[in-house]
Amino acid sequence: MNFTPTSTFRKSNLDTARASVLRQEIETFNSEYCAVLDAGMIESWPEFFVDDCVYRITSRENAELNMPVGLVYCVSKGMLQDRAVAIARTQMFAPRYMLHLVTNTRVTDELADGSIEAQANFLLMQTLVEGPTTIHMAGMFQDRFVRQDGKLLIKERQVIYDTTIIANDLVHPI
Amino acid sequence: MYNSHAVINRTLGHKDAELSACEWPEDALHVIPDWVYTSNAVYDMELDKIFKGKTWNFVGLEAEVANVGDYKRSYVGSTPVVMARAEDGSISVFENRCAHRGAEFCRHGQGNTTEFVCPYHQWSYDLKGNLQGIPFKRGVNKAGGMPKDFRNQDHGLFKLQVTTRHGAVFASYSSEVEPIEEYLTPEILKDFDMVFTGKPLKILGYYKNELPCNWKMYHENLKDPYHATLLHSFLVVFGLLVAGNESAMIADPVHGRHGTMASAKKEDKYAEVSEENKKEMRSYHEGMRLQDERFLEYIKETDSRWSVTMQTIWPNLIVQREMNTLGVRQIVPNGPDSMLMMWTMFGYEDDTEEMTQHRLRQGNLMGPAGFLGLEDNEAMKFVQEGVRRTSIENNVLKLDSNKIGTTDSLISEAAIRAMYQYYRGVMGF
Repeated sequence: MNFTPTSTFRKSNLDTARASVLRQEIETFNSEYCAVLDAGMIESWPEFFVDDCVYRITSRENAELNMPVGLVYCVSKGMLQDRAVAIARTQMFAPRYMLHLVTNTRVTDELADGSIEAQANFLLMQTLVEGPTTIHMAGMFQDRFVRQDGKLLIKERQVIYDTTIIANDLVHPI
Repeated sequence: MYNSHAVINRTLGHKDAELSACEWPEDALHVIPDWVYTSNAVYDMELDKIFKGKTWNFVGLEAEVANVGDYKRSYVGSTPVVMARAEDGSISVFENRCAHRGAEFCRHGQGNTTEFVCPYHQWSYDLKGNLQGIPFKRGVNKAGGMPKDFRNQDHGLFKLQVTTRHGAVFASYSSEVEPIEEYLTPEILKDFDMVFTGKPLKILGYYKNELPCNWKMYHENLKDPYHATLLHSFLVVFGLLVAGNESAMIADPVHGRHGTMASAKKEDKYAEVSEENKKEMRSYHEGMRLQDERFLEYIKETDSRWSVTMQTIWPNLIVQREMNTLGVRQIVPNGPDSMLMMWTMFGYEDDTEEMTQHRLRQGNLMGPAGFLGLEDNEAMKFVQEGVRRTSIENNVLKLDSNKIGTTDSLISEAAIRAMYQYYRGVMGF
């Protein structure tokens, strides 16, 4: 095994002006995305993705070791929908509120096909019944967006969390 | 430490019982007293008599220390240890504590090195934990330094016994523990070897979480086939486990401490659930179908009759073969009310890329965000909070009563009974 960590840093290929314009668009997208999740509207969540998408939540340790495993590992919109339905209708877990804070948005590339590479940091707060509000996870999104009919959608979202030990479990997507 | 994250969070005083107050109830087979989950005194004795007793504790995989100088931080009980591969190819396990002033010197989760150097005073140890060098051992300008009778060989790291089985590495504080094959028993070894076939493993990654529950509950949960079709409606709906499926709860016949929960998935993608069984399962959901059915595919890799085997290897290992998603979970006890779960997911070196993708997709079933995994974590947390804070003193264990050990019925607690019969013997309860 190679133990030399792979850096999660991605160099920006954009000039400041273009990066700023795109950043506003990505920030708007992420605000809508988080508003849906924070409101508990889990079954609307897959609508932020294209059909042929990748969504993975993994630890920074895995990312740095190039390990492919995911806490959540979805490679189609169908898999996101299956997870959303399972959470909304079949799974047993204690009630909770989740709150996302997303910041430090960077747009690092815009490709010829119009797709955009971006990243952002997140704090995920969780509040359980009779519990304090706790930082459940801290980490970053590494994203690729595409435009379909003028609308931005996620082609790939890698959620990479620093939190080495997760408190019990992660019920909802990030 | 997270523990339960509850504001109202105190364990009732009498639940944190002294050993002298711990008397097992008279109907010993069918009752588990709450204090086994809540007493600090009992927990301390468990560390001593179980984790440091005549047991083999899982510490890691050979694939994680494939090359000379590779090392990994791990735990035996709650004691931090390091597993390392030396120049002669052997694997050593030693406590992560400098022999000088006690510093936990190894801070990286994994890595490769030629020696271990404590950062505090730079005492250095070889890959087997022998003390190599001490700076200024003879002092400076003939002043200071170690006494003449100081011998390096008396001050190595604290070393444990080590054994391996087809790529899994175990350590023990006991020099009297039986060989690993005998320890596991033929009945358990059979399914263990279906995962650890001897083929080189390919590590796919890690999950780590804290469960705010007693470590024994994790064993019990996987010796409790009753919960599987009730808590996990996902299993039922998608035919992965239905009350009528061919299944077994196998307990090791020597001590009853290890177990294999096994089931065979039917050929149909989705299960037929009888009207009679539906009535018994409140969580059953009619007509659920997956959008992406690749997730349910089972590719037969062994000649085992079981598509799923979940093994509990006493005292700290779970071996998971949930169809094609393979992994180990290492239990790190963390006081009576907490345990850490260290997951290592893997496939085989000779897997095709397609097979690796399949394992990763199916991995959504397990882990701290798994369709099944998170429900277990939630349920065990509920149990720990319940036993710590309420006035009833005992758990009821009467399904399939009087039976101890292996059973064909899913509606049985015989394997949990076997584990506690063994536990009482070791602990003297």
